Amino acid sequence: MSARKSNMVLGLAALMMISGLLFSSTGHAAETYKIGGIFSVTGASSFLGDPEKKSLEMAIEEINAKGGIDGRKLEAVIYDTEDDPTKSVMHVSKLISKDQVVAIIGPSTTPTTLAIIPSVEKEKVPLISCAAGNAITKPIKPYVFKTAQSDILAAACVYGFMKKQNIQKVGILTVANAFGESGKEQLLKQAEKFGIQVVQSESFGDKDTDMTAQLTKLRKAEPQAIICWGTNPGPAVIAKNVKQLNLNIPLYQSHGVASPKFIELAGDAAEGIYLPTGKPLVAKLLPDSDPQKKVLMDYIKSYDAKYKSPVSGFGGYAYDAMQILAKALVGTNGDKQKIRDNLEKVTGHVGVSGTFNFSKDDHEGLSPDAFVMVQIKNKTWELAK
Amino acid sequence: MQEFLQYFFSGITNGAIYAVIAVGFSMLYNSTELINFAHGEFVMLGALGLVTFWSGFKLPLPIAFILTVICVSGAGLLFERLAIRTVSKPQPIVLVIITVGASIFLRGIAMSVWGKDAKGLPPFSDHSPLEIAKATLLPQSLWILGISFLAVLGLYLFYQKTLTGKAMQACAINRRAAWLTGIPYQKMISLAFLMSTGMGAVAGIIIAPITLCSYDMGTMLGLKGFCAAMLGGLGSLWGALLGGFLLGILEAMGTGFFYSGLKDAIAFILLLLILYIRPGGILGAKDAKRF
Repeated sequence: MSARKSNMVLGLAALMMISGLLFSSTGHAAETYKIGGIFSVTGASSFLGDPEKKSLEMAIEEINAKGGIDGRKLEAVIYDTEDDPTKSVMHVSKLISKDQVVAIIGPSTTPTTLAIIPSVEKEKVPLISCAAGNAITKPIKPYVFKTAQSDILAAACVYGFMKKQNIQKVGILTVANAFGESGKEQLLKQAEKFGIQVVQSESFGDKDTDMTAQLTKLRKAEPQAIICWGTNPGPAVIAKNVKQLNLNIPLYQSHGVASPKFIELAGDAAEGIYLPTGKPLVAKLLPDSDPQKKVLMDYIKSYDAKYKSPVSGFGGYAYDAMQILAKALVGTNGDKQKIRDNLEKVTGHVGVSGTFNFSKDDHEGLSPDAFVMVQIKNKTWELAK
Repeated sequence: MQEFLQYFFSGITNGAIYAVIAVGFSMLYNSTELINFAHGEFVMLGALGLVTFWSGFKLPLPIAFILTVICVSGAGLLFERLAIRTVSKPQPIVLVIITVGASIFLRGIAMSVWGKDAKGLPPFSDHSPLEIAKATLLPQSLWILGISFLAVLGLYLFYQKTLTGKAMQACAINRRAAWLTGIPYQKMISLAFLMSTGMGAVAGIIIAPITLCSYDMGTMLGLKGFCAAMLGGLGSLWGALLGGFLLGILEAMGTGFFYSGLKDAIAFILLLLILYIRPGGILGAKDAKRF
């Protein structure tokens, strides 16, 4: 009984503290811009959401340290979607009606983003998503923008590189899920533009244990290169199978495996594989002439210093979103319509994920140079030439 | 010809694994009339167990192999003692639901013990792939075929030549009559669980080097093994073997000559066909002699 009583006292105290916080924050509301953040901080996509949340907080700190925007400080209100579309919708309505944010950054994944788009469009709140799906900005929705590189760009980057290598015939092998299907669609659609012919297209299940049958079929079609589009662990099995079958055909992978984990899984079979990746992974290797190098090195340095954990390739989406939003916020006095209009005018913004050029017809803002081709050599990445 | 042979090699490799899993299903069904839907998770435990013992503790392969089988069949025994035997009204549907629950439980445990990331293992031996008529045969495939063959042969000899094996068969044929002759039925069930999960572990161990091991690898393997067991005739040792190889080879041929997207569909279309045309399986468990 007494335990329950003390719990109640504790609860009451917590309630008072929370309401105290609320009052104090409404008191400041006139001076601060509230930025909503919703990320998959926990759940299956926490590898995206956690660095995104940290990067958003870091970006806001940096902007506030420089005096904020038009003399007004920024304040983040961050909720955890737990990777659940339903929870995302609930949090968005809370952000809009209760917290009265000027704009929202996130969510981390395509399904959660697609779930909240109707709400933000209806309430006319600018949203900068950190997810990569093409459906987010195609077709264009007035209030929806995004900062993550899509597979349209990844496919263009791979094909652009192949064209330079004089490869004309490719075989593709894609995983049978949303990531693989979307990649396959892009690879088939864009091939012609680069003068490349897809001679054979096969798929594999993400739990399959052996892909030698698919690879044998691809070999029969005599491609000059094989492109595999999937996320771990399938592509690592394929890398092993290619070595075992002694195919002697160069293997390309997608950005879906651009992490040290892939090299660890595929072991020796990873040697020589080409893949496109965002620049954070290879920031140190970039030539000094690369406009992103300085931004990247600064971002990595401050992230390391603040969180004492190695930087991931994903936090940059939220960091870029905040920096872009900061540019758009200038002179709007928090007017959401004006922020939206300004977002479309942001051009030449050099961010962590690439150089952003937004326009009326482009709410994604990136071009294929947001990706670089790397080759795996001696168990690490090297810029491919 | 070269392609055909390559598909065939891929098919018998996968087929041998399906066969070992199917044998596990079959022998448990024989002794208990229970379909253990957690069987795939024991395959997963076998693979991840080998990861721990072989690449984690750096034990020699044969010792790691044996330790893994012992640990996994121990887990199978515990599963029987704690979850199956304690059921007060052991109706088939209740028991099946329990095994489904156990499979979710085991997956959860494996996820917290081994984490979400997949893990790879090197092949058992470091030979270079063999070339037969321009098709490549992996040394690990030979290991898989050899070990599967030995496991099934061992099981066959156990059933035919030992008293315990014959006692188990007696239980399978008629529980009550076996009990009347003094065969400890309860012990035989425990033994069946022990051996069935042990077979699962063997399947997991031999498959580990050719694929990547993760906490959620078991479900699909379990279902494929179940298909193979149904295909050949549930309860029949030779049926399980036949079903496993048939399924593996058909899958590989289907991938090669039709479309790879249909690979998993093939297994389940076959299962449906068998259930319509010959509900007892190819070797019809009802009429064919059990074991």
